[in-house]
Amino acid sequence: MISFGHDEIVKYPFLAEAGQYLKDQGFTLEQFATDPDLQIIVDRAYERIESASQGNIYNYKVDDSSNKDSSLPLEVFSFLIAIILLKLAGMNTLVSRFSLAEARRAERFLEKDLVGKSNKTNEEFATKIFLDLFSIKIKKNGDYFTIPIADYLKHAVHFHELEWKLINRHVENGMVFLTPHESVRLTRKQLGNYIGTRIRSAQTPESFQVFEEKVAKLVKMGKKLTVTTTISTEFPPCIKRAIEVLNNGENLSHSGRFMLGTFLLGRGQTIEQIAPLFKNAPDYKERTTLYQLKQLSGETGSNTKYACPSCDKIKSNDLCFAIPECDNIINPMQFGKKRL
Amino acid sequence: MFEKDLKFLEDAFKQYYFDHFNLINVPDRASEREFGYMKFNTGMIRHISLKTDKDLHLMLMSNIPSDVFCSNAYYTFPSMPMSEKDWKGADIIFDIDAKDLKLPCRKDHTCNKCTSCGEIFVSQDGCPKCKSNKIEHISLPCDNCMAGLKKELSKLDKVLTDDLNIPANDIVTSFSGNEGFHLYVKHSQYNDLGSKERSELIDYIKFQKVIPETFGFKKNNPSKSSFPEFGESGWKGRVAKELFGSKSKKSKLVSKIISDGYVAYREKLDEIGKNSIGIKIDPNVTVDIHRIFRLEGSLNSKSGLCKLACKDVGKFRPYTEACLIDDKPTEIIANCPIKFQLKNKKFGPYNGEKTSVPKYAAVYMMCKGIANSA
Repeated sequence: MISFGHDEIVKYPFLAEAGQYLKDQGFTLEQFATDPDLQIIVDRAYERIESASQGNIYNYKVDDSSNKDSSLPLEVFSFLIAIILLKLAGMNTLVSRFSLAEARRAERFLEKDLVGKSNKTNEEFATKIFLDLFSIKIKKNGDYFTIPIADYLKHAVHFHELEWKLINRHVENGMVFLTPHESVRLTRKQLGNYIGTRIRSAQTPESFQVFEEKVAKLVKMGKKLTVTTTISTEFPPCIKRAIEVLNNGENLSHSGRFMLGTFLLGRGQTIEQIAPLFKNAPDYKERTTLYQLKQLSGETGSNTKYACPSCDKIKSNDLCFAIPECDNIINPMQFGKKRL
Repeated sequence: MFEKDLKFLEDAFKQYYFDHFNLINVPDRASEREFGYMKFNTGMIRHISLKTDKDLHLMLMSNIPSDVFCSNAYYTFPSMPMSEKDWKGADIIFDIDAKDLKLPCRKDHTCNKCTSCGEIFVSQDGCPKCKSNKIEHISLPCDNCMAGLKKELSKLDKVLTDDLNIPANDIVTSFSGNEGFHLYVKHSQYNDLGSKERSELIDYIKFQKVIPETFGFKKNNPSKSSFPEFGESGWKGRVAKELFGSKSKKSKLVSKIISDGYVAYREKLDEIGKNSIGIKIDPNVTVDIHRIFRLEGSLNSKSGLCKLACKDVGKFRPYTEACLIDDKPTEIIANCPIKFQLKNKKFGPYNGEKTSVPKYAAVYMMCKGIANSA
């Protein structure tokens, strides 16, 4: 595990083990609930979550050295108390938003440390975070950082923007070249997941009355963020086209059949409803069709229910016939889905 | 398949396996791999564990499979159902198939077989006999197809060694036994990648989903664009060569790209990816991390030819070197409207006639579905 000092814990408070850290600093949770002088920390913790729920990054200048001594308790404790409030509220949406906002906050420091212009130790610390938290061996190469292609891909696959695709990166000798900003951005999701996992795996502490009002407000806030959706019964153009190909008795490729089968199963149709669609295929065999649909549905085989492939994958297989109504969806299953 | 044809092919395959045990070996990490096989006229039998060459040879002789397969993946428990196998990693495999090259010669050596009435014909319309449109295409690849495949293999080899830094020693190229090649990458940093990550490698190798900015076009200030140079590594250097041809032509072509605009440049990059510099691998093969692949040294039931590793791809002659069934004269009824060549010997066309050919040619035509035992 990474060892860290004063500066690091302010920048990366999620690296601390919450309960142990409070104990080491000579505090108990009860003190935060009862001591009026510590109320400011609880207030700050609430603001930190509120700000995250609105998609903002909690802002605090760590570099202000005049404020350093007093900043440690407030900034680190407000993070740790925020975790306690989140545990008590039990709203998953808030945990996710908080984790992402904290990841984005840490990104700023990580990027600065990675460049390490003024401080070699910071650079080493940032490099170590990459290795310990994300298993990425990052190396400085002039103004760039290089990451082995395999490590890069494991993280870049979470992005949908084309600029993150390997083909759109500078690649040389098995390494991907990234700016410090890109290097840090690459791991945002994993950092968010790391923070989220730490929060979710922390024990839920006992509640104190002073926390209850804030917890109730958080529950209300979390409920507002929960989204309900309606799904139109209209099929996306790729699916319509696949059905049309089959209806015409033309051959639909294996990937086209996979797409159609998984889509219709995903929309709740039964194998018996789907199978007749394939009757016109040049190589139609009822037994094979039923076998394959059963495999897709997880009814037989590995018991894995296969998901409909992404739009990206469908494009790769020349099966995409996008129309404006597709509206930048990333999977055909999202077609016609509207937020209420 | 008719009983008589089935018996003939099974005997021919059995004889081949018996005579060529030296060519059929289990791959490295055999005990961690899943094996499978098919028999003529039956489905796939998989989730088999084999540890040694002896186990494999025993399986071949007792089952006389039409096709033998082995996983690219390594598992803790290879013989368990898929969800319990415990996937540990998989060799990266690329498949380049003649049908994906869309070469103009293909139509000259492809015939059609009606799956309703069995009629064999050359025309591209429906079945002339029963008018059905359920048609199977049968291709007998030619030297031009092989030259096209070798060109793609050479391009792929360059990207793998130069861009992805895969040592040449870790790359094995094999003729698939029908109309393509498989390229295996072993022991690399890429072997523990999942399907999604492999899909990114595919886009890289096929040169697809490219944005103009990567290749120098500045959308908001086109005049400040900085296009790739000839000496640059990776795709930039390849794009420069493809777009500009020579240094002397570059400045004129750069002005044209800028005046044509962003969208035209994107379309141009898409076009060269699809038609020239992109490598025509089959994406469905590389992305699959649970697939079982034809085992090297085994026969391909689509042709009766052997899947064989090529020491020197440039000099490899698949329809001679991978044609390993003996040449005992065999009588068949051949209905093959196309000429083809095996072991430097020309065959066909045959118009539903009885003829005597070497056994390897009889097996080839029967596997292709254009001949029957006499």
